[in-house]
Amino acid sequence: MTEPLLQMTGITKAFGGVPALAEGNLSILAGEVHSVVGQNGAGKSTLIKILTGVYRRDGGTVRWQGREVDLRSPREAQAAGIATIYQELTLVPQRTVIENIVLGYEPKTRFGMIDWKAAEARTRAVLDRFGIDIDPHRPLGSFPTAIQQLVAIGRAASMEAKLLIMDEPTSSLDEREVGVLFGVIRALKAQGTSVLYISHFLDEIFDVCDGVTTLRDGRTVGSARVAELTKLDLIALMLGRSAEDIRRAGMTELAGSARAAGGETVLAAEGLTTGRRLRHLDLTLRAGEIVGLAGLLGSGRTEAARALFGMDRPTGGALRMGGKAVSLSNPRAAIAAGLAFLTEDRKTEGIIPDLSVRENLTLALLPRLSRMGVVDEARERRIVEGFIKAIGIKAAHMDQPIRELSGGNQQKVLLGRWLAIEPKLLILDEPTRGVDVGAKREIQAIIRQRVEQGCAVLLISSEFEELIEGAHDIVVMQDGRTTTRLSNPGVTEDQLIHAMAAGGAA
Amino acid sequence: MTRLDPRLAGLLVALAALLVLNVAITPNFLNMQTLAVNASQVATIAIVAVGMTLVIASGGIDLSVGSVMAVAGALAPMIFLSGWAVANPGLGLVASIVLPLLAAAACGLFNGVLIAHLGVQPIIATLIFFISGRGIAQVLTNGQLQTFTNPDFTWLGTGRILGLPVQGWIALAVTVVIALVVRRTIYGRYLLSVGGNERASVLAGAPVARVKIATYVIAATLAGLAGLIVVAQNSASDAARIGQLMELDAIAAAVVGGAALSGGRAPILGTLLGAIFIQLMGYTLIANGISDEMTLIVTAAIIAVAVWLQRGRRV
Repeated sequence: MTEPLLQMTGITKAFGGVPALAEGNLSILAGEVHSVVGQNGAGKSTLIKILTGVYRRDGGTVRWQGREVDLRSPREAQAAGIATIYQELTLVPQRTVIENIVLGYEPKTRFGMIDWKAAEARTRAVLDRFGIDIDPHRPLGSFPTAIQQLVAIGRAASMEAKLLIMDEPTSSLDEREVGVLFGVIRALKAQGTSVLYISHFLDEIFDVCDGVTTLRDGRTVGSARVAELTKLDLIALMLGRSAEDIRRAGMTELAGSARAAGGETVLAAEGLTTGRRLRHLDLTLRAGEIVGLAGLLGSGRTEAARALFGMDRPTGGALRMGGKAVSLSNPRAAIAAGLAFLTEDRKTEGIIPDLSVRENLTLALLPRLSRMGVVDEARERRIVEGFIKAIGIKAAHMDQPIRELSGGNQQKVLLGRWLAIEPKLLILDEPTRGVDVGAKREIQAIIRQRVEQGCAVLLISSEFEELIEGAHDIVVMQDGRTTTRLSNPGVTEDQLIHAMAAGGAA
Repeated sequence: MTRLDPRLAGLLVALAALLVLNVAITPNFLNMQTLAVNASQVATIAIVAVGMTLVIASGGIDLSVGSVMAVAGALAPMIFLSGWAVANPGLGLVASIVLPLLAAAACGLFNGVLIAHLGVQPIIATLIFFISGRGIAQVLTNGQLQTFTNPDFTWLGTGRILGLPVQGWIALAVTVVIALVVRRTIYGRYLLSVGGNERASVLAGAPVARVKIATYVIAATLAGLAGLIVVAQNSASDAARIGQLMELDAIAAAVVGGAALSGGRAPILGTLLGAIFIQLMGYTLIANGISDEMTLIVTAAIIAVAVWLQRGRRV
């Protein structure tokens, strides 16, 4: 067998004496699509940042193309042929596709000017190679995120990268765009380029990856061919449990919620409209009930949540609470009416990075924590202490800035922010996206507990399992309209997919 | 709170070093007069800078503070020199302090509404008053220098309490009160959250517009107070000169004190220390025979160092 393209062995790294990586091993073959999985805090991102030159390793060896190397900066890694496509795009949206593709590597004419003819030719070659049919003279920012991402990948590939690292590349793509991306990944593979594919969606790993390396507690605990694994095997390996235990417990912690008998209607939307993206929303949410909201990306799920929470002004239809028509003109009014909304985008709509865990957790509760404008800090500390214990937030202390926490723990703090106001209706937009398997199960268990206590939940999710096993009813949206309501138990994945795709009754 | 912010600690160390240096090299440094001179010079900058720190924490900037000082400073003598105030000296004195402060607050309200409700960029919104405010002050006074003798009013700028200038005490009180407001009140919490992540704050129910407006009103009111002190100190009001370049001094003090222009941090105590540090550095150079021009260059260098120390804070 030939030597792998990349071989990282026995990598160690500690931050301020705390080991983040105790024994990191990673081996990637030429022309292979490989994934690294692990819970948050398993050392995944540390290992990758060492590979890309962001961090220096404390120990271990890195062999690249058969030679021992020491990549001291992202620039050195790039020069060696390791390119990274970040979650947040790092291109220039105002400039054209051509300018972005050649940025920093512009072809020059004899007089030292940029050779735009050559630049365009190079751009067209890149686009053709991946079957992207767009006008390269238009600004990059005028294209959908998916196209921008493909351009970033094309740019990296055009720089003769041997290994492309993609970090959660599908987080903002819809189904069809994911298909295009996977096509590109397969094309790269066929050309002998290796891809390191990082994703929280295990299904994607099974779709597109050849090999997978599992990290747990700073150690590589397994590396296998994907074809030889089941999804359960992989989850078991990540969690350090046996596959059998997990099978018995059920894959999703939301399962087991019993419907509260005769729950009152908390909120009802009747033909609610806010514009092109939300044309007709019919929805009844009852106390003690989880209603799942399903639909493809762009079907209006998030817009539905925004309309209910007073973020978009309705142009038609009605919203009723307790039988009376209400108008929630902004989130503040929605919160006062007993609504809570855990947004999908933790970073830009959730956390206040520099504020502490405590201050983040009580942000929505502040009006009730204050008298004469002064925050009752003693009471605040007691409440936060209670939540840290109850929902298992792992932080050094409650005054630690939230930005220092892992994604899963940040999400728990944000969930705590909403639970603290004891909402009548909790709207959850992809509550477990981007969090590790362990935190995901904990978050689902907390939600179930609240529902048993009589909270109504609207659960927006693109994970079929989470919806089918967690929701009492599933409302399906298509093109900005609610089309179908499926009642559990008994909903199958096939029914759901059919409803989402066809819009008719399953 | 229990743990000292490392940047604040750094500033304290730098300040201590500067004091030790002065004790060693500056003649007659350790006497009450030196303290009084420095305190009276730094007080107005500190008062304005504390307000500026709030604005910066909200993610904004306020260029209008110097002009607001001029407006308040022009109004005060007009009020206590009026026939009515001469007839009612007690009420007249109160009015000559309260009305200019209200006028200053109204300027802040104007800034705040432009920024919070009309979405004008803070630097542009406050530039409007930066330009027009001084003009208004000069129109009010017909461009004349107003001189006066009013011992009650001038006490604000020349009086002493326990041997220290009144304005020094005012600056200290303003710092303490605003620091407590930031730390203990719901307004303070919302301020940091709005500056740290405005979108998330809206979604968590923070009254973003009200918080921003309140912030500009506080900053302008403090600027008005500083304007009154300057006029009291000089027993004269020159609308063309009061508070000139104050916006830049205030921003410098806030930045040296650890405020981040990206918002979300309001180190009020740091701002006071920053203002004192810049003042003392200037005093040190001048007292040791280094020219004014050189002092400006050194001050700029300190700001550069302060900004450099803040680089890479956000991970």
